[in-house]
Amino acid sequence: MTPTSGPTDAVSIQLDHVSRHYTLATTAIRAVDDVSLTIRIGEFVALLGSSGSGKSTLLNLMAGLDRPTSGAIRADGKNLAELSSLELARYRRNTIGMVFQSFNLLPRMTLAENVELPLRLAEVGHDERDARVAEALQRVKLDKRTQHRPSELSGGEQQRTAIARALVNRPKILFADEPTGNLDSATGESIMNLLLEIRSSLGMTIIMVTHERPLAEKFATRLAIMGDGKLLSSGEKQ
Amino acid sequence: MKLRDLTELAVRNLRESVLRNSLTTLGVAVGVASLVAMLSLGVGLQQLATSRLTKSGLFDTVFVTPKFNMRGGPQSQAGTQQNTEPRLLDEEARQELAKLPNVIEVFPQIRFPTEVRFDEKPYPTVVAGMPQSSQQSGSFDGMVGTFFSGESADEAILQIEFAKELSKDTNSLVGKSISIRYAERQPLADGSGGFSIIPKEKQLKIIGIVETEPASGFGGFGNGRLLIPLGVAQSLRATQVNDLRDAVRGGPAKPTYANLTVRAKSTSDVDAIEASVKKMGFGAFSLLDASKSLKIFFGVFDLILGLFASLALAVATLGIVNTLVMAILERRREIGVLKALGASDGDVKTLFFFEAGVMGFLGGIGGVIFGWLIGRGLNLATNIYLKRRDLPSIEVSSVPAWLVFTAIAFAVVISLVAGLYPASRAAKLNPVEALRYE
Repeated sequence: MTPTSGPTDAVSIQLDHVSRHYTLATTAIRAVDDVSLTIRIGEFVALLGSSGSGKSTLLNLMAGLDRPTSGAIRADGKNLAELSSLELARYRRNTIGMVFQSFNLLPRMTLAENVELPLRLAEVGHDERDARVAEALQRVKLDKRTQHRPSELSGGEQQRTAIARALVNRPKILFADEPTGNLDSATGESIMNLLLEIRSSLGMTIIMVTHERPLAEKFATRLAIMGDGKLLSSGEKQ
Repeated sequence: MKLRDLTELAVRNLRESVLRNSLTTLGVAVGVASLVAMLSLGVGLQQLATSRLTKSGLFDTVFVTPKFNMRGGPQSQAGTQQNTEPRLLDEEARQELAKLPNVIEVFPQIRFPTEVRFDEKPYPTVVAGMPQSSQQSGSFDGMVGTFFSGESADEAILQIEFAKELSKDTNSLVGKSISIRYAERQPLADGSGGFSIIPKEKQLKIIGIVETEPASGFGGFGNGRLLIPLGVAQSLRATQVNDLRDAVRGGPAKPTYANLTVRAKSTSDVDAIEASVKKMGFGAFSLLDASKSLKIFFGVFDLILGLFASLALAVATLGIVNTLVMAILERRREIGVLKALGASDGDVKTLFFFEAGVMGFLGGIGGVIFGWLIGRGLNLATNIYLKRRDLPSIEVSSVPAWLVFTAIAFAVVISLVAGLYPASRAAKLNPVEALRYE
């Protein structure tokens, strides 16, 4: 992937009238309601909104973890709504990386093993794996702690490990669901700086869900604000 | 995911809940152990019975008789070809029988009444001629003294009951001499087929005492209690029951045999030899059918033992289902993470399948070892019991290689079947819900 300093005109992901409706008991819930959004390659988009606004559901739809009730999500030249579960798994494995609020590292594995996991799933050869794991951990400055377990790390270090795991398969899009939600503000800022550095060095598209507006305004190139499942605004930052 | 990675992850996951997984694996091992122990008992008993019967020579033997019965008419035997000309069972016939394919040896059953002189006292009994091959029959295992040094050795082995008549201390008889009186058949010079009977006496050295009854096989005229080498018995030309038949029949003076025993290379050759013998114009009989029945009996016996033992394995299977369902609950979030990182439903299913398979494989190996130990224990206990009763040791339990591999394969297959439901349940987990799970 060619390093770039800003977004290009090429489309990374495009949402076309996407809805996701649930039925809870007898109540119909419109978690995402008729959302259309175009994100260009290299953009850093922050999805903002209050709790229950549908931002995480929208992120899950774009990440191929969930399927829309209606509408089309085009990413990497495919409509995710039409992919089989196997093709969706391949999309998650090869096209995207994911970072979660609660890090979601596997506690019984060392840092290196956690980072290696997507490479195992992608059936990457052993020699190449070691090199890519070392490279990813070096990028997040944890190359000295490869044999430590997640419980031996601070929250910030765990999130950096999760970022290394998300990067190791060299994805085109990085999805981050409240990546600073479990961190203090200083650590949160350092994580945001890391994401920014990754975006500028790898030219990656980053889509982040957050409820911290100041952080979003400081680091994202675009804010998409959601409310009651609808996209209220998706313009460039003021 | 590659096989190596799947195995590594499965083993790592199993090590995580080591106590629970060990107990589940132990359950499988107990089930397999009971299966192996039961079947090894069945196999051992079958081998014991088969080897005893094979060694006895009854199942690889065809008993040949002339088709004439004592009344002079042809015997009516099932399966005999009525259009075949009845023949005399003489030396010529014996040579012909010996040339049949897959025949090891042909020997007559020679038994005749005698009077043994020992310590100046007479003891009536029956003498039986024993071929050298009878040493391998198992009947002489554990005998006091030794077997005949050769076909023409003037030696005798006493059956224990007869030995007791001679002396209270039977072992002291070994090395002593006895003389036997018998009636020798001498053909008349006129070639009429008639013969005269001459009383004769022969000195023999007692070389052994045997507890079994080696000469009680069928086709004889009573149990031989004084055993001598077949070569010696033949050289004595002692008068036997069929001699009277020969005299009544008239014709040439050459002697005939009351019956001949044909030993086949293996039990599988018996059928063909029996048919050939019948074609030659003799009566033939074998115990092969009894051997087949024995195989059927042990087949059913093994099946019943296996069914009972499988109950333990069925319980162990439920243990695997329980363990894996618990693992899904505990690792729900992990399954979500794996799916978010790109694991397909198939990857997750295979991972749980592998875990079930690894538990089955380890349980299978453990079970085979436990089962083998139980079998050893059974052998040990049986032999202690037999030794206390001065009986020879036996192997009641046997674990052949096929049982080892079958038991392990069975444990793996059963475990995989047990893993079917949990694995498909894990694969179907919604990743969003799984990631939300605390």
